[in-house]
Order: sequence, then structure tokens, then C-alpha cells
Amino acid sequence: MNTVDEHTEHGHHAHGAEEPHIPKDSYFIKVALWLALLTALETSTYWIHLGGFATPALLIMMTIKFFMIIMIFMHLKFDNKLFSLMFYIGLGLAIFVYCVALSTFQFFAS
Amino acid sequence: MALIASPTPTQSLGVFRRPVAATGWRSWVFTVDHKKIGIMYGVVAMFFFLVGGCEALLIRLQLAAPDNTVLSAGLYNEMFTMHATTMVFLFVMPMAAAFANYFLPLQVGARDVAFPRLNALSFWLFLFGGVFLNTSWFLGGAADGGWFMYSPNSSRLFSPSHGIDFWVLGLQIIGIASLVSSINLIVTVLNMRAPGMKLMNMPVFTWMVLVVQFLLLFALPVITVALFLLSFQRNFGAAFFDVDKGADPLLWQHLFWIFGHPEVYIIILPSFGIISEVLPTFARKPLFGYKFVVFSGAAIGFVGWGVWAHHMFASGLGPVSVAVFSVATMLIAIPTGVKICNWTLTLWGGKLWFSTAMMFAIGVIVLFTIGGLSGVTHAVAPADTQQTDTYHIVGHFHYVIVGGAVMGLFAGFYYWWPKVFGKLLNERLGKWNFWLMFFGVNLTFAPMHILGMQGQPRRMVVWPEKLTGEGFFNLQFWNQIATVGSFLIASGVFMFLVNVVVTAKKAEKAPLDPWDARTLEWMTASPPKEHNFDTIPTVHSLDEFFHRKYEEVDTDKGPRLVKVRSAEEVLAAEEAKADAHIHLPSPSYWPIVLAFGLPVIAYGVIYNLLLSVVGAAILLLGIFGWVLEPSVAEDSDYDPPTGESETKELSSVG
Amino acid sequence: MADIAVHESVTSHDDHGPAAHGSITGISNNKLAMWLFLGSECLLFGGLISTYMLYRGRHGSGVGPAQLFDIPLTSVSSFVLLMSSLTMVLAVNAAKRKDDRNTNLWLAVTGLLGALFVGAQVYEFTAFYHEGVGFTTSLFSSSFFTLTGFHGVHVSIGVIMLLAMVAIISRNKVAGDKAEAVEMIGLYWHFVDVVWVVIFTLVYLIPA
Ligand code: HEM
Ligand SMILES: [Cu+2]
Repeated sequence: MNTVDEHTEHGHHAHGAEEPHIPKDSYFIKVALWLALLTALETSTYWIHLGGFATPALLIMMTIKFFMIIMIFMHLKFDNKLFSLMFYIGLGLAIFVYCVALSTFQFFAS
Repeated sequence: MALIASPTPTQSLGVFRRPVAATGWRSWVFTVDHKKIGIMYGVVAMFFFLVGGCEALLIRLQLAAPDNTVLSAGLYNEMFTMHATTMVFLFVMPMAAAFANYFLPLQVGARDVAFPRLNALSFWLFLFGGVFLNTSWFLGGAADGGWFMYSPNSSRLFSPSHGIDFWVLGLQIIGIASLVSSINLIVTVLNMRAPGMKLMNMPVFTWMVLVVQFLLLFALPVITVALFLLSFQRNFGAAFFDVDKGADPLLWQHLFWIFGHPEVYIIILPSFGIISEVLPTFARKPLFGYKFVVFSGAAIGFVGWGVWAHHMFASGLGPVSVAVFSVATMLIAIPTGVKICNWTLTLWGGKLWFSTAMMFAIGVIVLFTIGGLSGVTHAVAPADTQQTDTYHIVGHFHYVIVGGAVMGLFAGFYYWWPKVFGKLLNERLGKWNFWLMFFGVNLTFAPMHILGMQGQPRRMVVWPEKLTGEGFFNLQFWNQIATVGSFLIASGVFMFLVNVVVTAKKAEKAPLDPWDARTLEWMTASPPKEHNFDTIPTVHSLDEFFHRKYEEVDTDKGPRLVKVRSAEEVLAAEEAKADAHIHLPSPSYWPIVLAFGLPVIAYGVIYNLLLSVVGAAILLLGIFGWVLEPSVAEDSDYDPPTGESETKELSSVG
Repeated sequence: MADIAVHESVTSHDDHGPAAHGSITGISNNKLAMWLFLGSECLLFGGLISTYMLYRGRHGSGVGPAQLFDIPLTSVSSFVLLMSSLTMVLAVNAAKRKDDRNTNLWLAVTGLLGALFVGAQVYEFTAFYHEGVGFTTSLFSSSFFTLTGFHGVHVSIGVIMLLAMVAIISRNKVAGDKAEAVEMIGLYWHFVDVVWVVIFTLVYLIPA
């Protein structure tokens, strides 16, 4: 009984020392090109006026960039899920408490 | 202190020598051993408990008679602010850290925490931060804005002394200490468990401490932001709380209480963990509903993030916010109630052994229930508008904090003393200690509910003769009872100190397993060896140690648990398998050097930025020394004193 | 606030070798610690961002964000920081291949790009100051400088770590697992970048 497999507890995918599979340089360069493109689109809203459409569009692009970086550059997609869990708890709590706090100031009403 | 010659220091990387003293003061100052660090945390926290206690007694002396003049109004403000700050940040939290440091690695079957040097860093930061904070008393007066330091009352205009600057920077340093140790302990629990120690095999104390570390991890950065804003305002002229420029005072309140409410659980959960160890041990049966206790602890940790604004009902939040937060707050009562039921059912039908530790644990259940019930009444917003900022609140939260948290810590002292020091605390003095504190708490804090409903405000330096009132509800009588009660508590604490001295003097050693305990920390020598376990135990179940001593045996009355092995035999079996070459992390100079940089920076922020530059230089020196230092000196291997035992695989460093 | 933690993670070898791989979850202590720290940092930056969002409109009759910000300049510096994330990834991959030369090269490039970003920020701050928007001017300015200043300090610490790492690698003084040390700095660096992604959108691009 002393060889109980612990890994299942954390949804771990592999045994002990096994390294996660990390893609090659070319893949990361491709991702960086996409990020650059998104940034270009974001900045273009400064010159091209989208009206009420701008804010949601910007927020969506921001979110995509955010997750591309943490999932791919920071390896969350390939790594042990425990890392994701730890980070997402912090991220989720931050979004939750600060949005609630701002809403008591009627921040989102305006 | 005697300086015993130490072995030659190791030459590492040609540059840095590591300290290797095993005895004398150096063995403490440079230690990275979680047990020594735990003891140091405990000693320093106890000292601050006495400081905070004296402050409380002065407050109560001032309020013992109408229009009293023991303290001036200004000094009174400093007194209650520093009393609260000291008790919360310099006593309860670090005392919980003392227990966590000492027992977490033992309870999960590890040889040390995940980052031993960071652990030492946390301790020194806490000590220096606490000392820094208290030097304000001698440098123009301590902070006087109340422990939640509301803006704009905390601005230069209303508090021109440096007190609040000390408070802000001191808490910042102590905050770093807690943040670092929270990361350290979480990694320890998640990663360093002995084989077979599944999460649901962990002792409840470990679980509760884990929840607390997560709360710290995510709550501390919020107060950090608030403290930065305040110190930028006070020291560098930022506008954050400047109402003239259109600032919103509620910003501080939100930031403070987003941190502050989780803080309440940070204070109480370690004590819950301790009594969840003590009750089953002395009731001689397993904890009732282990899973419920664990899950409700985690649930408290989660829901605790959604209720902070109940501290702000009287500040004009708006009806929707008040209603939402009011209901959310009432929800918290559910998991808390679950715990109380589980503890009570653990006692039910057990063969109770009323040791001092057990009495304190039962005291926690009783006092916490009283405090919790009056707490639920504050969740009802209209009732709270009546009670808030009166002595009623002071009565309520002291029932919870002193009755719930402090009494639980005392249960821990009596329960674990023989493990840490190898001697049993005196039970007779212990009973005195308990009853004095128990009656003292009730005499001090029950009358405060009455005083509050009669309208005596909190934080008020005098109550005037002409408002004293008549008959049963007059202020004079109940204020005096409360003051007498506070001295009863003090004499209870004094009994404890006497007990410590008496116990230190006596020669008699405690038996290895005095309480017939259940968890892994008892499966070690008393006090534990430097490397904790001769061999890392393999865990098969919750209450592993108990199950090694007891086995189910068929008798004519059916299967029964019978003691088949003594603790000594269990331990001997482990020792026979002792690992060779146990790498222990070596002592280091750098944690204390690094930690010392921060208060220097902080003094600089207050007095002269040049000093901050010096502090930063010390900090950098510490960091570089740290980075380039190999963490294990070659000669710090431990080998069991046996003859030709075959060399086993290197054990983990811990 | 607790960037000290980073240093332990970067260089601690308390738990390499048998300990790291023998850990019950099979993951490294250092990496777990780093992710916990980053989770905690979310609440730090969240607080600063919220403070800014609350106060961004409060500048009285003084200069506000719309008149002040130089979007083309900030776009360029944002782009620079974003690309430094790419070079960081390349450094991490090179370290995984045990290719010291390229590791050092990409670490140095990353550090340089980071320094460029900080330089642009210093330029931006002085320009604002000359337009009459100082740290103490208004609620808007205090919260703007605090937020972006905090981020700038994080970047600067990152630059120092990168350059120190280059020095340590070239002198071959890495105690413990080199690839992991580089990866750890990488995590920190990408996080700082990701925070800027948020700041760039919320502070600069979305009109107040
Ligand atoms: C052990 C005996 C203790 C006594 C006799 C005591 C007494 C008091 C008294 C009389 C006050 C009210 C001051 C006022 O409103 O004018 C007070 C305030 C307070 N106490 Fe205690 N206390 C004790 C322990 C503790 C502990 C252990 C904690 C926390 C861990 C604590 C936390 C506080 C807090 C937060 C306040 C509110 C301060 C403020 O209004 O800013 N106390 N205490
Ligand atoms: Cu609360």
C-alpha cells in the first residue's frame, strides 16, 4: 500500500522527473508574430475610431494576448496543472474582489 | 552564552564560508532549522503578547473610573492602536507561525521546510519589523489612528507625529515576512509530504495552516497596496486620500477590509487546527467528520473573500451592497457551525481526559460559540448600525479572538510542550492558568456587551460621571467588572510564565508519548532530532502514528482496537531503518543580513533618504551573498551512529 | 513588494537533485513557489490598477489622461517589451538545450529590450513632469505614476536579474539547475510583460 499513486490527486499527467514537452523556437516565433499583429490592431484604434465598439474590442484583444502569453510563453498549457491552479486562484480572486469594490463606487454605471 | 568551538567552516566556491556552529548563540542566529526558527518565533511572539497585554491593562485602568486620568487622550489613542496592532500582527499571527514552522514539517513527515533560508528570513523580518514598529514609542509617539487606520484621519494633517509612518512601514516589513513564509509553507505542504501522505491523510492542523497560508498569500498584497498608497501620501505628498482633491475615503476602507476580513480567519483558523488535534487525542477517538472539518475550513477560506464590506455598513455603501454583503456574511456562519458540531460530536461518548490542553480546547468551543453568536447579530445590517463603534463590538471580537484564538494557542502550548522541550508543563499550575483566563475572559468581555448597548463608544478615553446612569445598567459597575476581569486574564498569563520557569527547572523528562497521540510529529524523539526522522516514514492512513500503535484485534466482544505496540517500539522500528547521509541544509549568514536592510530603509524613508540608500546596499549585499551561496555545506551530512550500515540513496534535503 | 522571494527561487538548490524529483507531486519546489508568488502579485497589481481606474478622471481643472498620453511612443515601448518576451523564451529554450552561448545572448538581448522600455518610461515621466503633471498634482497623476512606477520597478528588477544571470552563467557559477534558474527568471519576466498588456489597454488605449 505504500506506493499509492499521488499524482492523480493533482491531475498530474506524468511521473516524477519527466519534463513537460516544450515546443521548438519556431513555434514561439509564430506566436510572437500573432502577438505583434494583435498589438498593431490595438494601437490602430487610436487612429481608426470605432466608437462604442472600441472598448469591448480592446478588452477582447487584451484577454487574448494575456492568455497567449501565460499559456504558451509561460508554459501553463504544457506544465503541471497545479501551477495553473495556483495562478488562476490569484487571478480570479483579484478580478472578483476589485470588480466588486469598484462597483460599489458606481464605477461601471458610468 | 557559552561559545563552544565549532568544526572548521566549509570553504565553498572559494568565496563564501558557511557558519556551522551547532551550539551557542550562533547556532540560533544563523540557523535554518525549522524547529529552532519555530521556537524563536514563539519566544518573540510571547514577548509581544506581554507588551500588548500591558497596553490592554493600561486601557482598562484608564476606564476603571469616571473621568479618569491614567492616560491622556492622545496617549490613549496610541495605546488602543498599538494594543490591537501588536496583538494581531506581533502575537497571534507569529505565534501561529511558530506552531506552523515547528509542526508542519513534522506532521507531513518532512525534514525541513521547502526553503530553509527563506524561513529564517521570514523570522528576522518579523522580529526587525516588530522592533521597528515599537521604537515609535520613543521617537515622538506611536500610531494613533486605530488599528484600521481610516483615511483621511490617518493623513499628516490629523496625525502629525511619525507614529503612523512607523506603523505603515513596520507592517510592510512584517507583511513581507508573512508573504515569504506563506509561499514557503504552501510548497512544503504540497510538495514535501512523506510517501503515502495524501491530502486527505494530513492532520487537521496542517490543513488549517495550509488554508491560512493561502489567505495570507492573497490578502497581504492588498494591504501592501493600501500601505504603499498611505506612505506615498504621508511621505511623498501623493494625493490618494486628500479629500480636497476629490479623494474617496472609501478606497482605503475597501482595500483594508479586503485584507482585513480574511485576516480574521488568519487569526482564528490555526487555533481551530490545534484544537482539532487536541480534542480527538484527549477524547480517545478519531475526529468526528474529518472531511467536514477540512472542507468547512476551506469553505471559510473561500467565502471569507466575499464579505469584507460588512465592516462598512455604516459608511454609506448603498442599499444593494449592504444587502448582498449582509447575506453573504450570514452564510459564513454555516461552515463555522459545522465545525462546532464536529468538535462537540468528537467529545460525545469519548473517554475524556481533562488535561489542561483539553480544558483550553473545550474553553475555545464555549467562548467561540458565544462570540460567534453575537457576531451573527452584526451581520444583520440594521442591528449593526446600532452596535457598530460601541463597546458591544469590542466585547464581541474579543470573545472570538481571545476566547477562540488565544485560548487555542494555549491549548497548543500544553499539548506540544513535551514534544518541543521534552518536559511536561505542570498540570496544577496549568489548571490555574486555565480557570483564571476562562473567568477573566468572561468577566472582561461579557460586560462590554452591556456597556455597548448602553451607548459607551469604543476608543473613548473617558466616560463622564454625569452619564454613568443608575441601577443595574450603570456604566461604573460594569466598567469596573471589566477591569477586574482583565487583571484576572493577566494573572492567568502570569501562571503560565511561572509554569514555564518551574518546568524548565525540573529534571524529570516527559515520556515519549505522554498523551497517546495520533499524528506523525509524535513519531520522533522528544525533542526531535535535527533531521526529524531517521527514515522518512511511509504513511498509510490518517492518524498514522495511532494506527502503528493500535490494531484491530478480534475479541469475544467483536473486533476492537488494542494497543499492540508502544511508542518506543514504533520509534525503534523506524530507527533501525535509519538513512545514512542525510543532507541537512546548512546555516547561513544571509537571511539576517538581508532582513536587516529593510528597517534601515524604513528609518531612511522617515528621516533621511540617504539612510535608505545604505539600507538598500545592505539588502543588495544580502541578496548577492545569498544567491552565490551554495545551500549545503559539504560537512553538514548527518549519519546515524551505527557501524557498517549500508549507504542508502541520498535522502531529500527538505 | 516581495521580490526577494524571486531570488531564492532563482538560485535555491536546496531542492534540486533528488529532492525536487522525489517530491510527492513530482514538480519542482522553485517553480511552484514562483507561481504562488505570481498569483499573489495579481492582487498587488489589481489593487494598483483599480486605484487608477477609480481616480483616472479626477484631475480637477488640470491635465487629464486624454491630453497627456503619447500613444505612438507608448505603443512602440509596449511592442519592445512584448518582443522581449520572445527573446526570453528563446533564452529558456537555449538553456534547456544546455547551449550556454545562446542562453547568454538571448538573456542579454532581453535585458537590453527591458532597459529600453524603462528608458522610454523615464522619458515619458519627465515629459509629463514638464507639462505640469507631477506625482502630487492630482489624484489622477498620483495613481498613474504609482501604477506605472510599480511596473517600472518590476521591469528594472527583472533587468538586474537578467544581467546578473548572464554574469553568473559566464563565470560558470550557477549553483544548481541552470535551465530551471533561467526558466524562473523567464516566468517573472513574462508576468511583468503580461501586466503591461493589461496596463497598456486599460490605462492608455481605453478612453477615459
Ligand atoms: C488578553 C486580554 C485583552 C484585553 C484585556 C483587551 C482589551 C481591549 C480593550 C479594553 C480594547 C478597547 C479599546 C477601546 O476601544 O478604547 C481593545 C481593543 C482591541 N483589541 Fe484587545 N484586549 C485583549 C486581547 C486582544 C487580542 C489577543 C487581540 C487580537 C489578536 C486584541 C485585539 C484588539 C483590537 C483589534 C482592538 C480594537 C482597537 C481599535 O479600536 O483600533 N485584543 N482590547
Ligand atoms: Cu469581517
